[in-house]
Amino acid sequence: MSFGTEILIKVGVVLAFALNGAVIFTLMDVKGSAWMQRRPGPLHVGLRGFIFPLAEVIKFIQKEDIIPTKVDKTVFKLAPAFILFSVFGLFVVVPISPTLVVADLNLGVFYLLAISTISTLGVLTAGWSSANKYSLMGGLRAAGQLIAYELPLILAVVGVVIQAETMSLVGIVEKQIEWGLPFVIAGQGVAFVIFMIAATAEMMRIPFDMPIGESELVSGFMTEYSGIRFLIFYIAEYINMFVMCAIAATLFLGGYHIPLLPVEWVNFYGPVSLLTKTLLLGFILVLVRWSFPRFREDQLQNIAWKILIPLSLLNILITSVMKVVF
Amino acid sequence: MEAIDIFSYFLLLGLLLAGARVVTTSNVIHAAVALVFTLTITAVIFLLLAAEFVGLVIVMVYIGAVIVLFLFGIMITRAPLGENAELDNDKNKTIALLISFSIFGIFSYILLNTFDRQINITEGTSTEILGQILLSRFVYPFEIVSFVLLAALIGGITIARKDNALVDEDQV
Repeated sequence: MSFGTEILIKVGVVLAFALNGAVIFTLMDVKGSAWMQRRPGPLHVGLRGFIFPLAEVIKFIQKEDIIPTKVDKTVFKLAPAFILFSVFGLFVVVPISPTLVVADLNLGVFYLLAISTISTLGVLTAGWSSANKYSLMGGLRAAGQLIAYELPLILAVVGVVIQAETMSLVGIVEKQIEWGLPFVIAGQGVAFVIFMIAATAEMMRIPFDMPIGESELVSGFMTEYSGIRFLIFYIAEYINMFVMCAIAATLFLGGYHIPLLPVEWVNFYGPVSLLTKTLLLGFILVLVRWSFPRFREDQLQNIAWKILIPLSLLNILITSVMKVVF
Repeated sequence: MEAIDIFSYFLLLGLLLAGARVVTTSNVIHAAVALVFTLTITAVIFLLLAAEFVGLVIVMVYIGAVIVLFLFGIMITRAPLGENAELDNDKNKTIALLISFSIFGIFSYILLNTFDRQINITEGTSTEILGQILLSRFVYPFEIVSFVLLAALIGGITIARKDNALVDEDQV
C-alpha cells in the first residue's frame, strides 16, 4: 500500500469515527436529558427521538451562514478551524486495538496534551472576533477555565505515565494487561477522578459551563455564529467528549483489554471493549450534566487551583515513591 | 529532489510569509494568529528533523500557553477590533531593518559554520535519553531554572495580590 493511500484511509477512518461518535454522544445527551426532565422532543418525536441528531444537522446546514458586519472576518472564520483541528488531532493516537491505531507515537500522551491546548486558541479568537460583549466575556471566561483545568488534566496523566513507564498509549494499555488490573484500581483512582473532572471542565459542560452559560451570556463565544459554523462548534463539543472519554478509558480503564479474557483475542473484542468503556464514561458525563447546577466563577477557579492541582501533585509524589519502593 | 524536500521548501516559504505577517500587520490579534502559524510551521520542521519532543514542546508551551496568555492579556485589557494606529510606526524602520538583518546574518553565519553546511538527520534522540541527561548531567542547571521559575511565580502572585494583611505587616 502506498503512503498516499494509507494516509487517505487513515483520514477517512478518523473522520468516520469522530463524526459517528459525535452523533452517538449527541443522541445520548439529548435522550438522557429527555428521560431525566421529560422533554417530549427527543423522547417521543420521530422514531422515539432517534432521528433527533439527523434533524439537528439538517436544520443547521440549511440555515443561512450569517457573518455580522463588524466582526473581524478572517479570524471569525478561522476560529472554528482551530477547534476542529484540535479535536480531530486527538484521535490520531487513541488505540482501538493493538494494531488498529492511526499512529502509535512514542510520545502519545504528550502529543494528546499538546494538541488539546490548541482548542483554547479557537475559543479565545472566536470570542474576540465576534465584536460582541457576550462573546468576549464568554471567550475570556472560557480561556480562564481552560488554562486552569489544563494543569490538573496534565498532572493527573503524569501519574499514569510514571506508573506505566511509557508515554505511548499502546504501551500504557500493555502495561495494564501486564499488571492484570486497569490503572483505576491499581493505584491511579484519584488521578482518574481528577482527570474526569478536569476533562468535563475542558469540554465546558455543566457544571462547568460558565463560559457558555446561556442564562447570562446567550451562548458565550458562540453567540454570533450561525448555520454551519455553529454546527462545527456543536459537533466539536461532542467529538471532544467522545475522544476525552476514549482517552480516559485507555489511560485508566484498560483501553481495549478486558481483564480475564485471553490477550490473543484482543483484536476481536478490542474495539467493542473500548467503545463500551467510552460510552459508559459518556453516560456518567450525561448524568452529571443533567443533575448538577452550574458552578460560580470563583468556585470553579477554587476547585482547580486549591483542590485539584494540589491533589494531583500529591498523586504524582505518592506514585513516584511507590515506583521507587516497589 | 525528493518529496520531503519540496514539502520543506513550501513549509519554509509559509514560515517566511507568516513571520512577515506578524511584524507588518497593525492588528494585534492578527499578529498573534500569524505567530501561531509561524510556530506551527516551526514545530512541523522540528518533526521533519526527527526532533519529536521539541516540536511538541513548541506546540504545548508556545501555542498552548504563551500565545493563549498573550491573547488573554490583550483581550482582558483592551481589545480593539480592526487596525491599531499606534502600531503603524514608520519612524524607526531603517534601524529595525538593520538590526533584524544583522541578527539574521549572524545566526546564518554561525549555523552554516557549525554544521559545515550540511545537516545530518539521525534517528533522533529518544525522550528517555533526554530525561536521563536532564536529571544526571544537567541536573544543576535544571534545578536552578526551576528554582528561578518558582521565585518568579511567587513574585508574580505577591505583586498581583494587593493583600492588605501583607501591607500591614510591612508597616509594622
